[in-house]
Amino acid sequence: MNQLDFPIISLVTFFPLVGAITVMLISKERKDALRTAALVVSLIEFIISLPVLIYFKSGTHGMQFVENVPWVKSLGISYFMGIDGISLWIVILTTFLTPVCILSSWNYIQKWVKEYMVCMLLLETAMLGALVSLDLVLFYVFWELMLIPMYMLIGVWGGPRRIYAALKFFLYTAAGSVFMLLAIIFLYYYNHKVTGVYTFNLLELYNLNIPVSVQFWLCVAFFLSFAIKVPMFPLHTWLPDAHVEAPTAGSVILAGVLLKMGTYGFLRFAIPLFPYATHQFTPVIAALSVIGIIYGAMVAMVQPDIKKLVAYSSVSHLGYVMLGIFAFNIQGIEGGLYQMLNHGISTGALFLLVGMLYERRHTRLIKDFGGIAKVMPVFATFFMIITLSSVAVPGTNGFVGEFMILVGAFRSYPVFAVIAVSGAILGAMYMLWMYQRVMFCPLDKPENQKLKDINAREIITLLPLVILVFVMGFFPGLFLRKMDATVEHFLENYNKRYEMYAQQETAEQLEAKIAAVVSERSEAPRLQGGASR
Amino acid sequence: MFDYVWLIPVFPAIGVLINGFLGKRIEKFNKSIVHWVACGAVGLSFLVTCIIFFQMLGLEPEHRFYEFTCFNWISGGVLQTYVAYQIDPLSMLMCMFVTGVGFLIHVYSIGYMAHDEGRYYRFFTYLNLFMFSMINLILANNFLLMFLGWEGVGMCSYLLIGFWFSEEANAVAGKKAFITNRVGDFFFIVGMLVLFCGLGEHGVWSFQFSRVFPNVHLLSPNTVTLVCLLFFAGCTAKSAQIPLYIWLPDAMAGPTPVSALIHAATMVTSGVYMVARSNILYSLSPFAMGVVAVVGALTALFAASIGLAQNDIKKVLAYSTVSQLGYMFLGLGVGAYAAGMFHVLTHSFFKALLFMGAGSVIHAMSGEQDMRLMGGLRKKTPITFITMFIATLAIAGIPGLSGFFSKDEILWQAYSSPHGHFLLWLTGAVAAGMTAFYMFRLIFMTFYNENRAPEDVQHHIHESPKAMTVPLMVLAVLSVIGGYLGVPHALGGSNRFHKFLDPVMGMGPDKIFQKAAGGSLHHVAEGSHVAAHHPSLFMEYLLMAVSVAIALIGIYIAYVMYVKKRDLPEKLAEKFRLLHRMLFNKWYVDELYTLVIIRPFHGISNFFWKIIDVIMIDGMVNGVARVVGWGSSVLRLIQSGYVQCYAVSIIFGTVALLVYYFLKIAG
Repeated sequence: MNQLDFPIISLVTFFPLVGAITVMLISKERKDALRTAALVVSLIEFIISLPVLIYFKSGTHGMQFVENVPWVKSLGISYFMGIDGISLWIVILTTFLTPVCILSSWNYIQKWVKEYMVCMLLLETAMLGALVSLDLVLFYVFWELMLIPMYMLIGVWGGPRRIYAALKFFLYTAAGSVFMLLAIIFLYYYNHKVTGVYTFNLLELYNLNIPVSVQFWLCVAFFLSFAIKVPMFPLHTWLPDAHVEAPTAGSVILAGVLLKMGTYGFLRFAIPLFPYATHQFTPVIAALSVIGIIYGAMVAMVQPDIKKLVAYSSVSHLGYVMLGIFAFNIQGIEGGLYQMLNHGISTGALFLLVGMLYERRHTRLIKDFGGIAKVMPVFATFFMIITLSSVAVPGTNGFVGEFMILVGAFRSYPVFAVIAVSGAILGAMYMLWMYQRVMFCPLDKPENQKLKDINAREIITLLPLVILVFVMGFFPGLFLRKMDATVEHFLENYNKRYEMYAQQETAEQLEAKIAAVVSERSEAPRLQGGASR
Repeated sequence: MFDYVWLIPVFPAIGVLINGFLGKRIEKFNKSIVHWVACGAVGLSFLVTCIIFFQMLGLEPEHRFYEFTCFNWISGGVLQTYVAYQIDPLSMLMCMFVTGVGFLIHVYSIGYMAHDEGRYYRFFTYLNLFMFSMINLILANNFLLMFLGWEGVGMCSYLLIGFWFSEEANAVAGKKAFITNRVGDFFFIVGMLVLFCGLGEHGVWSFQFSRVFPNVHLLSPNTVTLVCLLFFAGCTAKSAQIPLYIWLPDAMAGPTPVSALIHAATMVTSGVYMVARSNILYSLSPFAMGVVAVVGALTALFAASIGLAQNDIKKVLAYSTVSQLGYMFLGLGVGAYAAGMFHVLTHSFFKALLFMGAGSVIHAMSGEQDMRLMGGLRKKTPITFITMFIATLAIAGIPGLSGFFSKDEILWQAYSSPHGHFLLWLTGAVAAGMTAFYMFRLIFMTFYNENRAPEDVQHHIHESPKAMTVPLMVLAVLSVIGGYLGVPHALGGSNRFHKFLDPVMGMGPDKIFQKAAGGSLHHVAEGSHVAAHHPSLFMEYLLMAVSVAIALIGIYIAYVMYVKKRDLPEKLAEKFRLLHRMLFNKWYVDELYTLVIIRPFHGISNFFWKIIDVIMIDGMVNGVARVVGWGSSVLRLIQSGYVQCYAVSIIFGTVALLVYYFLKIAG
């Protein structure tokens, strides 16, 4: 079956669900027991996800740890899961961030602790499921399943405008998904028409030859759904609201994993399914990515609320990811994948840090702070490291991703790449300006003078992230080498399929031209005759 | 020993780890361990550098090249980069004085920062981190690792300028430094990308110096010029040239050892190092060289002019640094790479000394930096006075001291080199006169006449502790003798400094093509600078004499204005009110930038947020929601629940249908 002879992916995917059920059995009153149980579940989950990393073969491009069992035979739906170099690290990131999130909401969540923990674990299952599914129906189920716990997290445990934000989040994403569902169903029937087989198997659908005109619309449907999730400019306005209202852990998961679903979706579904249409859209997507980079950074700069600032910075960072992916070369795509991890870690950590400030001061407005570094030196150090990682100082993870993306982008679109580089200046501007106003300057507000520095639990929450910042900054090879084979194959396949379509297209055009010429010739005398009459 | 070159950056890194993680505890336990760790780390780096340096000297000049690869860094497809170091005369020269001067400044900091309780360990952590970055910048054998150091030093400079962050001005200055440097880094990155992809087109995908430089002849002339200009734009930020010099004077907000180490001796010279390192590229682009020379000369003059009217002792030195860096670029721009590097070396001695002397003065004056409140310190702080006086003589270009040799060489080349011009020389010479003037103005205002400080400050005036004065004395000696490394032929020397750097600098454009055509490397290196043409010896003596005369005039004017007729400066300021105001306010450049760049930028950002995001996009989204909501509320009216209504609507519907069909049949 796979290299472990054990359905490891199913275990990894559904263990949090089992954990969630276990947590449900604990009495509502015993809040600490609930928290501990959820933490233990998520930690065990992280540990059982490690064999996937350890036994992952870097040399091959195919799906690994594959599980493929028919699910609904009559409809051709199967329980088909697997991991390759594209999904591997996002899976690990997910299992890594969940315990961090649970740890970070230890004191912050006081009402409905049980439901909260159940939501978190359920969300983890949904996210992992979406990342490993290779059957379109299975994927869609998990994709939609992600929405519900997240909707709850924002709507129940969120800030004052939580209902608006949760609805906006839900509707935006659901609107995109509906188009994707339509496209999936179309693909399903079209596949049957061509091959005579009913299947939702993604790998089989990859080989489908879809007429260019149809491909275009299907591609739009998938793109829309994923672009909202990323989010790309101008579909990003749900993000700041969702982030600002969500509880800290919700923001971390949202930034860390949920947004990656969009970029992952492009790589796993939209691009390989519709290579020709993708190719046609590439300049548009690249342009929107660059706009996103600059626009997100500029808007971030003038935000009065730290969390909103970080949210807009996400728009900017994800712009880099998209630019990298749509450069269609190894540096760009690996850089994009790397930046996805970086963003999960750095922005996740930023949200954690903002959450820590909020727990102490119950405000997130920059103007309410100032001089915090004096009373919270340890916090200041962590904050500084993460800030530098976010602005991509060499030696931190951010630089590796950004640089690879820039190299990749420069090879494909020099002008866009140069504009994207200027985003790095803006990044430094908004982050350091924020840092200066929050952490530096005189400690002049009496409320701030008695703030306590972060405690051991908070340090433990942040420490793994900070260590990763440097490990990923200095030894990116550890991560990149596991992606190489898959990305190379991905590109090869993309180029091959694009060429095929392009040839078809020219052949069709040629035929059409010949037909037109022929009909013109045959019609010409008649027309002349008509004119003379 | 060459294989242990990685130890040079690793020692400071270990210092960072020890003090960074445990510093707080160590400091509580025993403060001196903190600085022993930090100074020890840099000291060991210096030691290893010395060993490697002298081992290298033992080799034949053409064998003085070695690369050591530590590990693969950022790689994917054709992009392969390594953490790898390079040993050659240029890198080792830089490394010698960076670790050497760095070590002295670490020692000096023990005295200077002694009163900073609780954050003492942080200061040394940052200093070590800076050394780590700087060493990486210098020793890197490729552009990317160099960039790690390049940004790293900028980051450390940010942390150290804002070290006393409780004052807003310091925090703002730190941020300004970082962002201005980021603007420069933007150009650096773009330059790297152009170079990387440009060479990639010819099959050379590399950032490595030893692969890039021998292949630059493959690039089109326009690409070379573009790369050179982009790199130089990067240098204008890091090495504080027009138009991105603005951060350096503000950077004086940091503790004085930081100003000495980062903003005088080492980091700011990294731009010069980078151009010197890429000398082959620049040699291929006369236009880019012209730009470098002109910008350098203008900066030298412009910054010196601002220096004339500053009253803050550190600000004077800051503008002086900007001006001196201009000289170095002038040297590079006219093709005198070795002369530029020579000035980097001597400047690092006397300017570090000046800053540390200024620190000692500030220390004595209980933190006062305004020279108008100083005076008469000659007697009370004799060591500081003597050492600073020596450095001032050196920077003013008085014959016999280090500054004279290096500055004069640059001026001479500015005139005589094939890329030179009389106007370049003139600009440099005038700036030299200004330098002599403002430096002696500083000396006279600080050390001569009577003390103008308040009573209580006057009581505290004292000579600094040993940890501070010993480094001053060491640097004073170096400021005197440093110049004898490169005595020019005209003065009977053999210019060993040039010969030493020849293996790196000797690759003129002709040689590149020659080499590309099949000539071997050392064959080429031999006759490199002998080939430089020699205008008359008489001219060289004449210009030398003129520049010394100009310096002496500058000193004399300073003497008249600040010792003899001390009401003269005010009278002059009255008379040339506008000029004085312009100089005093630094030609209003900061204000101009705020008005032209920063304000509009914030305006646009706010427009994006408040108009496009909130009103347009969200307005549309919420609008759709509202329309749907309104539509539903209208439709809800139909669902009234009254059977009569439903009956009526059924009747109307039937009638409508019937009418439709009848019409259809009829039609």
